[in-house]
Amino acid sequence: MDAFADTALFTLLVAMLGGAIRVSTPFMFVALGECLTEKSGRINLGLEGNLVLGAMIAYAISFHTGSPWTGVLAAGLSGLFLGAIHGYVCKLPRVNDIAVGIAMMAFGTGLAFYLGKPYIQPSAPRLEAIPLGEWTGIPSLAQALAINPLFFVGIALAVGMSWFFRNTRMGLVVRTTGDSAPAAKAMGVSVDLVRFLATAAGGFLAGVGGSFLSLSYPGSWNEGLSSGQGLMAVALVIFARWDPIRCVWAALLFGAAGAIGPAMQAIGVTQGFYFFNAAPYILTLLIMASSARSRFSGRDAPGELSIVK
Amino acid sequence: MPKIEFSRRSLLKAGAAGLAAATLPAGLARAQGSVVIGSVYVGPRADFGWNQAHAMAMDIIKGVPGVTVIEEENVPETDAVAQTMESMINLDGANVILGTSFGYFEPFMVDLAARYPDVQFRHAAPLWSADKHPANLGSYFCYLNQAHYVNGVAAGLSSASGKIGFVAAKPIPSVLSNINSVLLGARSVNPNATVQLIFTGDWSMPVREAEAANALVDAGCDVITCHVDGPKVVIETAEARGVKSCGHNASQAALAPNGFITGAEYKWETIYRLYADNFAKGEALPNVVVGGYHNDMVQNTAFGAGATPEAIAAAEAAIEGLKAGKPIYVGPLNDNAGNLVIEGEKDNYDPELDGMNYLLDGVVGSIT
Repeated sequence: MDAFADTALFTLLVAMLGGAIRVSTPFMFVALGECLTEKSGRINLGLEGNLVLGAMIAYAISFHTGSPWTGVLAAGLSGLFLGAIHGYVCKLPRVNDIAVGIAMMAFGTGLAFYLGKPYIQPSAPRLEAIPLGEWTGIPSLAQALAINPLFFVGIALAVGMSWFFRNTRMGLVVRTTGDSAPAAKAMGVSVDLVRFLATAAGGFLAGVGGSFLSLSYPGSWNEGLSSGQGLMAVALVIFARWDPIRCVWAALLFGAAGAIGPAMQAIGVTQGFYFFNAAPYILTLLIMASSARSRFSGRDAPGELSIVK
Repeated sequence: MPKIEFSRRSLLKAGAAGLAAATLPAGLARAQGSVVIGSVYVGPRADFGWNQAHAMAMDIIKGVPGVTVIEEENVPETDAVAQTMESMINLDGANVILGTSFGYFEPFMVDLAARYPDVQFRHAAPLWSADKHPANLGSYFCYLNQAHYVNGVAAGLSSASGKIGFVAAKPIPSVLSNINSVLLGARSVNPNATVQLIFTGDWSMPVREAEAANALVDAGCDVITCHVDGPKVVIETAEARGVKSCGHNASQAALAPNGFITGAEYKWETIYRLYADNFAKGEALPNVVVGGYHNDMVQNTAFGAGATPEAIAAAEAAIEGLKAGKPIYVGPLNDNAGNLVIEGEKDNYDPELDGMNYLLDGVVGSIT
């Protein structure tokens, strides 16, 4: 074991494992939030705004109260607020949810930059990771296995959502609303109300995802913090074909692939770093291309989505 | 057909100019002998990095009598910068305009300088040349690699493993020069020292910067330094992993109370003070101002808890050497592919070094 622990391959694998765990959480939360919203038949492209505002609010609240978990909650509420606006505006007649989403993205990031100015300099208390790798005795592995509780919350949430969609009446209502609004109406369900609640709840999750960025990893607030992760997470939902469990796998894969670029350079494979840094996107494209040819791929998309109709 | 420019900003300007003409007697609109300096930043003023270094220098200049400072942050390298600068000139009466981002120069500042010959424009990169550009435009630049050399000296004596990790944004000459200078500084005190390099590919990629810092620590580096726009994430990650760190651009000492060694900092206020003084005396502003340690234009952050006593002594000696003009690049030096790249001694301001496109032997990394 010790001999293997010194090899370059081991370093790369540990970096990918660590990257999957460290980087995936915000993708997971935004993707789960978008999954819920899209299952109800609406697209919210504005979750990047929720992510950035959530990151900023979480950092500010953690700084003022000294309690990072209060920050996480506040981030969720800020996301709920943005999601609720999106949900309300979209139920007005002749409103395009994609255009509103883009406007909300600009609004959310702009609000975060405006309110966030005084919080770039100070250091706020961060979320503590749970050290699960001390028993290995290998520092790099111990570091990779220091896991933030939000990671487990995200996985539990995915399992819960999957069960909710399949086994509960509420889940059936959400799915019906997303697949066929007339059918939902025939059931006596208020389509607008279901979509409003699903969009607001999805916004809440994206806000919590943002809190992970500022309070755990990389763990500080500045205006370049997200670099488009919220947008990528929305794309991951299509990649995961609207299945919460597959959203988790997609987020983990994306996190692991993102670690390839830095880790390859660290072990001495320095040629072609631009290529390795693009690994997550190349990988996503390849899997998308191969899965799009699958006979079942079209069946998974909720029928009411404005891009599907 | 001539292009008609008709924007909200130009309407506002016209309105303001009309109002001023109607209400103020000519010549009283601007106080006598005062200088209004307009400074434009590409990012937020408080980024722990490049923009903060400029903004802090401007804060010092604000205290100089007769100087008014106006600033705008988050101005992208597009037509937006031309509009910002024009409104500084027309609405705020700026007579010196400082553009602090590389991409502001061509075509925006070059065009504006031709259009406003009474205003002095200065740009923070060595791009101005007398035969190509207007005479009221100019360049200023600090050779930060001298301070990175001092970082290297201190890091070389503060590291147990002799492996220094470097997180860099892009392989352009000024970045490469900082990397090579860290190596030469470290090698001057520890001939076996190496620099392990990771490029992130862009100026601000916080998540990838954190991944890079983690990967370097996992690869055995026990000092981490960087050249990215905002070094906050790199320094905080290094501190969280329990390794030492050296800063870049501005002071990051507060972010790493246990592991901070020292940092390479600009001293823009030396140049800004010079501009303000010259203007107040009615003298012409120099077109080109460049410098480093010998004329007080770079500095190192006060030593932190990560610096050993030997490191502090050696770094202070290195600073004295640089002030006296001791060269950093002394050949024969090979690049890390084995080619001879520097033969004899190079002056620290040798223009040949401005085009650096190689990593020296001892740097583990590649520019492609």
